[in-house]
Amino acid sequence: MADTLLEIKDLCVQFGGLSALERVSFAVSPGEIVGLIGPNGAGKTTVFNLITGIYPPTSGSVTLNGRTISGKKTHLIFQSGVARTFQNIRLFKKLSVLDNVRIAAHSQMRYGPLTGALRLPGYWRDESETTARAMDMLGIFDLAGYAEATASSLPYGAQRRLEIARALISRPRLLLLDEPAAGMNPTETRALMSTIREVRDRFGVAILLIEHDMRLVMGICERLVVLDYGQVIAAGAPDEIRRDERVVKAYLGGSAV
Amino acid sequence: MNAANRKSWIINLAALAALTAALLIPARLNMFNDYIKGVITWTLVNVIMAVSLNLVCGLLGYLALGHAGFMAVGAYASAMVSLNWKVPLSFPLALLAGGLAAAAAGMVIGIPVLRLKGDYLAIITLGFGEIVRIILNNIPALGGARSLRGIPRITTIPAAYLAVVICVALMFTLGRSRHGRAILSIREDEVAATSSGIPVMYYKMLAFTIAAFFAGIAGGLYAHNAGTLNPNRFNFDRSIEYLVMVVLGGMGSITGAVIAAAVLTALPEMLRWLSDYRMLIYSLALILMMLFRPDGLLGTAEFSIARMLERVRRARTGARSSRADRGNDG
Repeated sequence: MADTLLEIKDLCVQFGGLSALERVSFAVSPGEIVGLIGPNGAGKTTVFNLITGIYPPTSGSVTLNGRTISGKKTHLIFQSGVARTFQNIRLFKKLSVLDNVRIAAHSQMRYGPLTGALRLPGYWRDESETTARAMDMLGIFDLAGYAEATASSLPYGAQRRLEIARALISRPRLLLLDEPAAGMNPTETRALMSTIREVRDRFGVAILLIEHDMRLVMGICERLVVLDYGQVIAAGAPDEIRRDERVVKAYLGGSAV
Repeated sequence: MNAANRKSWIINLAALAALTAALLIPARLNMFNDYIKGVITWTLVNVIMAVSLNLVCGLLGYLALGHAGFMAVGAYASAMVSLNWKVPLSFPLALLAGGLAAAAAGMVIGIPVLRLKGDYLAIITLGFGEIVRIILNNIPALGGARSLRGIPRITTIPAAYLAVVICVALMFTLGRSRHGRAILSIREDEVAATSSGIPVMYYKMLAFTIAAFFAGIAGGLYAHNAGTLNPNRFNFDRSIEYLVMVVLGGMGSITGAVIAAAVLTALPEMLRWLSDYRMLIYSLALILMMLFRPDGLLGTAEFSIARMLERVRRARTGARSSRADRGNDG
């Protein structure tokens, strides 16, 4: 398929004797919002960790725009256009909000260590351009006022937004969001939903998100992939998934309904 | 470069000039006796050691216990260059050779070591330091345990001072570049760093190698100041001493490392009149320090004259805005 951005094929991973994922296959098209759902321990975050190369798959492949990325180093996968956030927020806590974003722009900056150490013109040009870009990004997420603050001093919701801003500074083609609404109240979740949609429209980025909040998932995802015990048990539009017998069983237990 | 930035550059340059004059003019006029000269040189050497170790322990966040080992490699390498090559400019060349030899050792050690973390890395670097000492003790061509003698004593205060200025300036500019931020991001969260496109292994190696390089330079300065080298001068205690300087100054603070290195080198000398009690006082000072300022003298902040002047000015005009403008370029 020409219009496939991310393609996951027969992905398996084993930790010791435990098979965490078994022949997981699905695809994400450019600009699409896809939800990855499933009960706790189904292997959702493991899928993210395999896509981003935190661990290598035991077998199977991950391709981005037709090029294999599985087996590559994490920072190279990021540079090829996959950015992510984490379930339990991983910011550079003691650094400034601005630096958090600028760090993720690292791979797009060009000057070498010597140019930086000697403060040659290349340093000033690159730094001021990146800083301006980072400030724009912070502005989009209502964080510009916090630019000089330490990341850990931000309120929870702002930290979540900062993580997304950091992920987007490199202009990725695919954004992986790991439980973006975790710990948010309904008002914050609603705001987050519109932010996610805005991000997609403004940056044209495809979004794959893991989420337990069904209102969010059903509200913004165009397609859902359901995992249970490391296997894809259903995939399709939210309405179909809602009625899928196996999905209901996985969530509510065998004898329910 | 904006106006505030330019102003702080000018203030820093002025302060640097004042410090340089205070140190070099008396040295030029022969106002220091040999003892004072020795203490000053030793202080300058220790400043380079502490500042370079700060790159690994403070900025990269890796606890390394073998910094004296790199100093030893640099000291012996530069001494051998001086002893065997009688060429003009041999002193800078010897120092450079010391730095490069230590950097090479840093790279070789770094490849296996930097895959580990925390306690494991600490123990392996500790082992490295001891291995260097034991190997040096057993090479007759390097003097072995009977010391390497006859090294020209050509380290001068201006030379050591120049090395300090270069080292500190490079640490500052490196710290505030994309490379420095990459190193800091590894300290903060390695998974987030690699997921943000930072080639983590490369930057660990870079930090480790640069730190080793400057430790080698410091070793070279030491060798040409002492005139003799004994491997046992570079033992585990020495590595710990440098670690103490970094911790006391505040992990990650370059100015903190400079101040702590200067104080901790000068303090035992100043307490000499207490004879047997001086190490007791020294230890007590360390314990009290850690009890009352566990983050070190400066925490991760940098001391800034520009900021201090600003504070004085604000206090005088009576504007009591307590804006927390820490951690800025200064």
